[in-house]
Amino acid sequence: MAEPIEVLGNGKMLSMYRTMFMIRRFEDRVNELYMQGQIPSTLHLYVGQEAVAVGVCTNLDKDDYITSTHRPHGHAIAKGVSIKSIMAELYGKKTGCCQGKGGSMHVGDIQVGMFPAIAIVGANIPITAGAALACKFIHPGKVAVSFFGDGASNEGAFHEGLNMAAIWNLPAVFVCENNLYAASTPFTTTFKIKDVSERAAAYGMLGEIVDGNDVIAVYNAAKKATERARAGQGPTLLECKTYRQCGHSRSDPRGYRTKEEEAEWIKRDPILLLAERLLSEGNETSEDIKRIEDQVNVDIEGAIVFAKESPDTEPSDTLQHVYYG
Amino acid sequence: MPKMTIAEALRQGIREEMQRDKCVFCLGEDIGVPGGFGGAFTVTLGLSDEFGHERILDTPISEIGIAGVAIGAAMAGMRPIADVQYGDFLFCMMDQLANQAAKMTYMSAGTVKVPMVMRAPVGATGRGSQHAQSLEAFFTHIPGLKVLAPSTAYDAKGLLKSAVRDDNPVLIFEHKLLYGSKGGRAEKGALSPVGFVPEEEYLVPIGKGIVRREGKDVTIVGKLLTVYRALEAADQLAQIGIEAEVIDPRTLIPLDKELIYESVRKTGRLVLVEEDNLTNGWAAELAALAVDECFYWLDAPVKRVSAPDTPVPFAPPMEKFYVPSVQRIIEVVKSIF
Repeated sequence: MAEPIEVLGNGKMLSMYRTMFMIRRFEDRVNELYMQGQIPSTLHLYVGQEAVAVGVCTNLDKDDYITSTHRPHGHAIAKGVSIKSIMAELYGKKTGCCQGKGGSMHVGDIQVGMFPAIAIVGANIPITAGAALACKFIHPGKVAVSFFGDGASNEGAFHEGLNMAAIWNLPAVFVCENNLYAASTPFTTTFKIKDVSERAAAYGMLGEIVDGNDVIAVYNAAKKATERARAGQGPTLLECKTYRQCGHSRSDPRGYRTKEEEAEWIKRDPILLLAERLLSEGNETSEDIKRIEDQVNVDIEGAIVFAKESPDTEPSDTLQHVYYG
Repeated sequence: MPKMTIAEALRQGIREEMQRDKCVFCLGEDIGVPGGFGGAFTVTLGLSDEFGHERILDTPISEIGIAGVAIGAAMAGMRPIADVQYGDFLFCMMDQLANQAAKMTYMSAGTVKVPMVMRAPVGATGRGSQHAQSLEAFFTHIPGLKVLAPSTAYDAKGLLKSAVRDDNPVLIFEHKLLYGSKGGRAEKGALSPVGFVPEEEYLVPIGKGIVRREGKDVTIVGKLLTVYRALEAADQLAQIGIEAEVIDPRTLIPLDKELIYESVRKTGRLVLVEEDNLTNGWAAELAALAVDECFYWLDAPVKRVSAPDTPVPFAPPMEKFYVPSVQRIIEVVKSIF
């Protein structure tokens, strides 16, 4: 059953639509530029999972913390890292959010509460517990949120991080984006249980499952989880059932899953679902939506121009920033 | 000026830093449990009575978690002092130290800092292969970490306080035979050096070594326990007319290279002593540096006195063979005259 739409004002709905569309458009364009050889390195795209990042981050303030993964562009955009600086980072430019020291898998900006994304699967989970401990000590009312995939919940770091967050009642939210595949390995191959959220009980933590393609459902579940955390009522494991519409990384032909399965999930595309609801239940017209999309397209093309025109790094920049200060 | 063991000096340093800054806290296994040990070697004994269990935070046996929580807390504004019971357990948290703590500042282009301290006991003490390794050199190979190895009570306190105030991840390696742990945690065969520690505030700067004994004929560089073995060897060598200069770098990263070069240029001979495997080790790196920078002053080959390339053995005769002895140092020094 669809979550009631009245809980959100139309302004917030449109804002979430705008951010989700921005992530999608960003990823589509980045993929094209990558295929043209303009962007170096590899890419892990967030296409299909936009509702998770946006539904969660709409509940966060600038000085709440998030940690992310090797698939971080969506989290970064949703947390408010500027798309110009993310794009420039993918191009390896000096104006990038990590000045070319990070690349696609490490984007972040501490000014908006996002640590450099952590591309070792599961490693961000205990780090999130640590950030939550700091919130409890010195930033009361703030929360730390960890994004990770189903694969990460089979890491030891998941167990240690969740247990420590639970025993110390930390203001943390652990957001598991269960997209059914750890790279190519199907969920059922590596889990004896049906839902990752079942594991929450083992830590004495609240576990919840939400439709990760329904941004309003994600928003509402994350609202409850962040409010509980801010109120000192402890952490939550929030499992968002979703689907990565693209491959795991570059040149992944996705031979491990069927075209039928993909088609079923694409029918439930999170952006499409929200657009339908905006039209059927909100007061929006398709012109309103198109206006938002057009503006996003302009912004993204602007970010690409900015990235292309930005200065390259100097070879000797390699030697800076090994130590702080 | 009061005299203290290294364990007492570290405790005093932690106490002062926690009093000075409310963002400083300790975490680790068995560090504050009422009726417990105060950490494996008594360093935090009694601190939970003073500061409470929130700031002397007992953790589960979760080394990944201890390191991860320290890193996350540090990046979010705290200054954690984490404790690992035995240095060997650092391997359990290797990803967090090597991939996370060491790289966050770099990957963020200097915008994120990780001001954390990780304390780790090292040294062979009759515990077999997994509670005995001297791993400090291992971590000198990871850019982004600072690595300290204090061998006196004065330095232990002064360096710990500097480490807490440093904005980078700092690993402090402490030798089990030097702590001076008492009671049930006392170590058999320990040297337990006791030294004067000023009551007034002081810091020992990170990156500054010290000459422990002056000499003109040969430079011996040791760290932790091997500083004491080198000093003992130097005393015996003096009886046959060889005056050894003994250097304790105190900090392995950043290394006070000039102090070593200056000494080698004076003596023309260099012997490096480490309680660690020979191959690709710390002594090998120092030898390379010395050859690079002091080649024309050297009168003899640079020599290493290291442990063999084996795991640390258990039985006392084998362990005694493994750890560089005073006798081995003397023999090696004599071989280059």
